[in-house]
Amino acid sequence: MSSPEGGATEAPAAEPETEPAPVDEAREALLESVRAELGDAVVGSHIRPGDDLWIRVTNEAWRSAGEVARHKLGCTYFDFLSVIDWLPSPFGRDMDSQEDIAVHGAEPREAGPIVTGYAGGDTRLQVFARVVSLEGGHGLTLKADLDDLEPSVATWVPVYAGANWHEREAWEMFGVTFVGHPNPVHMYLPGDFEGHPMRKDFPLLARRVKPWPGIVDVEPMPGADDADEEAAE
Amino acid sequence: MTAISDRAQLSALAAQAADNRINVDYESEGMTLNIGPQHPATHGTLRIVARLDGEQVVSAEPIAGYMHRGYEKLTEVRTYPQVTTLINRIDWLGSFANEVPFILAAEKLMEIEAPPRAQFIRTILFELSRIANISLFLGDLGIQLGGLSVGFYAFRDREFVLNQIEAVTGGRFHPNFDRIGGLKDDLPKGWIAETHVAMDKLRAFCDEVEDILIGNEIFQKRTRGVGIIPPDIAKSYGLSGPNARGSGIDWDLRRDHCPPGLVYDKADWKVWTHPDGDAFSRSWIRLQETREATKIVDQLLDAIPSGPIMAKVPRIIKVPEGEAWVATENPLGEMGYYIVSKGDLVPFRVKIRSASFNNVSIVPWVCRGVYVPDVITILASLYFILGDIDR
Repeated sequence: MSSPEGGATEAPAAEPETEPAPVDEAREALLESVRAELGDAVVGSHIRPGDDLWIRVTNEAWRSAGEVARHKLGCTYFDFLSVIDWLPSPFGRDMDSQEDIAVHGAEPREAGPIVTGYAGGDTRLQVFARVVSLEGGHGLTLKADLDDLEPSVATWVPVYAGANWHEREAWEMFGVTFVGHPNPVHMYLPGDFEGHPMRKDFPLLARRVKPWPGIVDVEPMPGADDADEEAAE
Repeated sequence: MTAISDRAQLSALAAQAADNRINVDYESEGMTLNIGPQHPATHGTLRIVARLDGEQVVSAEPIAGYMHRGYEKLTEVRTYPQVTTLINRIDWLGSFANEVPFILAAEKLMEIEAPPRAQFIRTILFELSRIANISLFLGDLGIQLGGLSVGFYAFRDREFVLNQIEAVTGGRFHPNFDRIGGLKDDLPKGWIAETHVAMDKLRAFCDEVEDILIGNEIFQKRTRGVGIIPPDIAKSYGLSGPNARGSGIDWDLRRDHCPPGLVYDKADWKVWTHPDGDAFSRSWIRLQETREATKIVDQLLDAIPSGPIMAKVPRIIKVPEGEAWVATENPLGEMGYYIVSKGDLVPFRVKIRSASFNNVSIVPWVCRGVYVPDVITILASLYFILGDIDR
């Protein structure tokens, strides 16, 4: 985030996509300084010029990545921490398919291949967090892979105190253990709740009792013409 | 006036003193006081379990989740236009402001931009929801601290703003008005002049609040020096918005990182900070922000360009594959959406970063060692909406 020109541009210009290969020197430098500190622990990165920087580190380096971000890069502001489950949903929730399998009582279908997002990934679950330097105006998104069977990662609470609640939420919603968390109790769910609702293979009960309303609900947008409709179909 | 560095030192000392106060010399068994879930200070159903030693709080642990609606899960089965209906209800006092960062994030992925007129109206509505939200805070603050009349003034004057929002969007609380690529409708006839009048009334309301509440001696005695949050602690907890600026952190996403699609740079306004970091400074910042918001609205109303209110978008919105993070300065603080799209009609994953979640997570830290009535002051001054914590 937070390019210095972000707030100053006159009319918010579109992304500089016409340029052949826009290079974001500030973010490249930021990435280099992380590489210099963590070395091989940086396993992936992605830069969207003028917008944001993603860095993926190994699971073991998660804590030290937080420390580097805080102490070396000046990212003292903790934004959020959460987990992504990259497993494609087995319940047919995308409207493309037009089949809400769960409604008809059929078995959940075989999950498709896992495709991870920016900065890559090798596992189903990924922890990601965002920290910002208010003085420098730069922010970065850190990611780390989690083990498929027993997802766990070191806690960030000693580095960023605000990670406490975010990790509690991620723990109950995704079943990720944060090693060393001072108070791993439920944030939202009742204490005897079973399962991890935000995982993709956890069924959404509302969808089981009421069918997906379907494509008829998409309201027509002003300015839509036939070409768009044809393209959509 | 004390230098800033001394201020920082003072806050550190105050923090240390709070730590020391816990292990007081006398021994008592202590008791557990349960505040809430139903308590006027909780704006919904937040429960706070306070462990007391005499009159002092040894530990205060907020317990959320009484209103968790699982929006992050629900967004995964809603199309992008449908999601705005849900996220409207996160911070229900400033609903329109909730929609904007999500729409902006989707626009970023789709690489489309709203026409200038839509951007202006969007920013105006954003600020109107800020005024509606914060004016209620000012009234509520009075109610919490025993000055009931401010509450009635606030509810009376907030109506002027809500009427204007309703006139455009049709909804007082849940406009559901922002669209990917623009807005649902244009402004109704005569709205600009009416809004100017409403802004004048709101400025008068601010003066009134300053007279009867902020300047009140009892109010100052109860808020000054209570619940001091030093800036470095505020940052590590991710405090944002007026709570951060009340701790002297000069950071406002409207000025420092305004996402494309909002036009705050077209208006002349000021970001207020206060170095004290106590309950008073947080309340004072909010009062000043309401004033600045009325100024922004007034200036933008006079500068609205003509033109369309909707960019050319496909009838069925599919957002290209990618990840995007957009955060805006909402009435309660920084609100952001991290959208992961797989190129479908529905988002693959939406992480909702709401301001109150971070703002309230500091409660255990800041409530250590304070007296019981101060807990209410601190909670009121941190100002959270339950929907914004529980999502």
